[in-house]
Amino acid sequence: MFKYLFARNEDIPPGTAAVYFGYSSIIWFIIGTGLGSFNAAKLAFPDFVTGSELFAFGHMRQVHVHAVIFGWISMAFAMAMMYITPALGNTRLWSEKLGVWNCFLWNVGLSLGLTLLWTGMTSGREYSDFPWIIDLYIAAFIALPLAINVWMTILKRRTQGIYTTNWFFGAGVFMVTIVFLVGNTPEWFQLTGLSEAYLTWWFAHNVLGLWITPVAAAIAYYTVPKITGNPLYSHRIGHLHFWSVVVFYSTPAAHHLMSAPLPEWLKSFASVEGVLILVPAIAFVSNLLLTMTGKWHYFVDNLEIKFTITGVLLAIPLNMQGGFQQTRAINWYIHGTGWIVAHAHLALLGFSTFLEAAAVYYGLQTIMRRKLYSLTLGNFHFWLLLIGFATYWISMTIAGLIQGAAKIYEVPYIDTVIAEHPYMIARWVGGTLVFTSNIVWLYNMWMTARAGTEIPAGRLPHELAYER
Amino acid sequence: MAFREYKIGTRLFGVALGGSMMITLYFPTIDMTSVQATEVALRKALSAGRQNGFAYEDPFVTGEGKPVTVVLRKDPVTGEKMEPMEAYVFPPGTPFPSAIRHPRTLGSGVKELSLQQGRIGEADESRGAVFYVDHATYQGEKLAYIVNATAIKGWQPEQVLASVPEEDKKYIGTGKTLFVREQCWWCHTLLPEQTQDWQYFGVPPRLGDFNSEGPTAFGSDRKAPDLLHVASRNSSREWMLMHFFNPRLVQPHSIMPRFDYLWDEVDANGNKIDYAAWRKAYEEYEEGKRIYPPEVPEPHPDSRIRKLVDFILSLK
Ligand code: HEC
Ligand code: HEM
Repeated sequence: MFKYLFARNEDIPPGTAAVYFGYSSIIWFIIGTGLGSFNAAKLAFPDFVTGSELFAFGHMRQVHVHAVIFGWISMAFAMAMMYITPALGNTRLWSEKLGVWNCFLWNVGLSLGLTLLWTGMTSGREYSDFPWIIDLYIAAFIALPLAINVWMTILKRRTQGIYTTNWFFGAGVFMVTIVFLVGNTPEWFQLTGLSEAYLTWWFAHNVLGLWITPVAAAIAYYTVPKITGNPLYSHRIGHLHFWSVVVFYSTPAAHHLMSAPLPEWLKSFASVEGVLILVPAIAFVSNLLLTMTGKWHYFVDNLEIKFTITGVLLAIPLNMQGGFQQTRAINWYIHGTGWIVAHAHLALLGFSTFLEAAAVYYGLQTIMRRKLYSLTLGNFHFWLLLIGFATYWISMTIAGLIQGAAKIYEVPYIDTVIAEHPYMIARWVGGTLVFTSNIVWLYNMWMTARAGTEIPAGRLPHELAYER
Repeated sequence: MAFREYKIGTRLFGVALGGSMMITLYFPTIDMTSVQATEVALRKALSAGRQNGFAYEDPFVTGEGKPVTVVLRKDPVTGEKMEPMEAYVFPPGTPFPSAIRHPRTLGSGVKELSLQQGRIGEADESRGAVFYVDHATYQGEKLAYIVNATAIKGWQPEQVLASVPEEDKKYIGTGKTLFVREQCWWCHTLLPEQTQDWQYFGVPPRLGDFNSEGPTAFGSDRKAPDLLHVASRNSSREWMLMHFFNPRLVQPHSIMPRFDYLWDEVDANGNKIDYAAWRKAYEEYEEGKRIYPPEVPEPHPDSRIRKLVDFILSLK
């Protein structure tokens, strides 16, 4: 990598940045889920690695969350943007060199930020936990260079129209930059009290709603038509999806604080807008499932479609939960319980991770022009990930319902803790399966780079048969 | 941008996102910053200090540059006995909370009283100040407001600190910072819910209870009791110390981590704390080889745990 940092832009082979981003994201995935599994063990067995400041639960938890969100998910997004945006514009990435620098600065900044967070340097605000210096770094050296590269590539495209995926990419990088700059104003300008609490959740909500969800969906808009060969079912529904994300997803931030003393009008407004999130959700799911028409055998035969469609299917329970759990009628029951943790993992480890994994699988094969080393290992990865995730999701949902019931019947809190214990162990087991599956994945991708069959010029990875 | 549609599209995008930010950022913040601060908010602001997360005066989030809360039993200048009252001492150089820096955030009435009767505008960070909370009527409404005792009574920070015995000093601001740093809020909330927490965790906070607080650290994943009123349920310092050193000493089923490392190096008598020996003795107790668990060391007054417990016991 270092040799490309100072090379001339023309001398860097196309796709280099995407490959670096791809492998970085897998490594962060392993680190992040390893930390998750460690935290889960601590919640199941509190005296596991005890009495040390650095390995205390409070110090480790956010490191997990930020490693997976900004390491795995966001880097996989960058990887997807670096190869899908030019591919859809029938051109090259605007600046490969900027991409390589972007990847380098991203890894450096993230490692630094996580180390600070780990030692206890935090802003104390959930999801925007990074000290503001790191937030500034993220906006200036991570989000902005990525945005410039994506926009310039779109502007320099050699096609006439802009495909759905690229609308989402272009808007997503813009919105995430704005969210970072606005969401951290409490730290920059010392906003306090309820405004601080509200802006914390404004940031958290929008980083998920205007970055992770739309960009993950954008990836599916590319992979499904590309691999199955079917055109997108409806461009119009794509429009509906895009515009309803911008309008409905950007507004319900206050639904995270339904039981806090925020102004009532704000909570009611957020709750109604929150239900409207079902509009983009249904548009997205139906559009992609209808695109599969006549090609459902790919769901079984082809690994990338298997991942993508699983992710799309997981978006159904995700959005059903998301749309309704924030209404007053339901929120009071499940707020602040394990249900929400289960929901968060359904969104990030279920829906979004499966879509990104497909993009990383497909992108790395396409750019390196090598067929996947082993389908068996790929399938193993898929099933371990799915079973691990399902174990996690089900056990935490049950734990959440127990907590909810305990909340109403006002049992002594310790009885809730005792009742949750088995599910904490199940969650740890499930998470550990996910972690293990990722190591298998890294091995498989590593071997693909070294020993995968070469893809002949003019062919695409999914057109070749799997060999192992 | 070959198509006219894209020009229209980008503009519409700007309108949509701008409109959304208008409704979800501008209106709510205008609404929330004009809320009138309650007495709870004033006391929190004065005891916590400017910022309890990452801040330039405290980059390592260890609780530097925070005020000291004291219980005054006699007048620090004249030495006369008086009704016990709480005062908030900001030694020279300690940054003031936004309640003092930006009195606008106190809301109408509280702002006027604090500026006119309390003279908080005269407080100077570089010379330090002492504040307390008083009550007065403003346009027929009884309100709490902040008094700058340095301007009105001539109390100097050093003088006040020197006149108060150690047990009447509470490091609530540093304690709150440690609460943020050790991230107790991943398990505990500081927000009884408005719907069903009344009986067990106490009254939910009100709209004006937060002015000037930052971070609010509400917590969102509750895996443990809400702490906003914990000291009303249990105010035993001894229980708290045992529980923090090893929660399993008092609650065998607890999943709370041990916070023994907050005792730091030495105990109250200046002896080095031998953690390894303590753990070994505790293991023997668990295995049934000892009848009693080992004693929890009495913390040193400068240790972090003392400050954290000061904060927890202030949560009434
Ligand atoms: C892994 C989760 C976890 C973390 C982190 C945690 N606690 Fe706890 N805490 C619990 C649980 C569970 C209980 C209830 C059982 C018990 O009494 O130990 C509890 C109980 C308490 C109680 C007694 C509450 C009552 O109603 O009597 C206090 C006080 C407390 N914790 C303070 C803290 C502080 C301060 C921190 C941070 C330094 C902290 N806790 C960190 C899980 C946690
Ligand atoms: C890509 C994969 C993953 C992503 C994106 C992810 C994301 C997250 C997020 C966003 C949270 C915060 C949840 C909330 O506040 O409600 C969280 C918490 C957590 N995650 Fe993950 N996670 C992933 C995988 C895992 C795995 C494999 C484990 C292993 C068991 C795990 C264990 C945990 C634990 C223990 C918590 C803390 C929950 C709590 O405080 O109650 N995660 N994760």
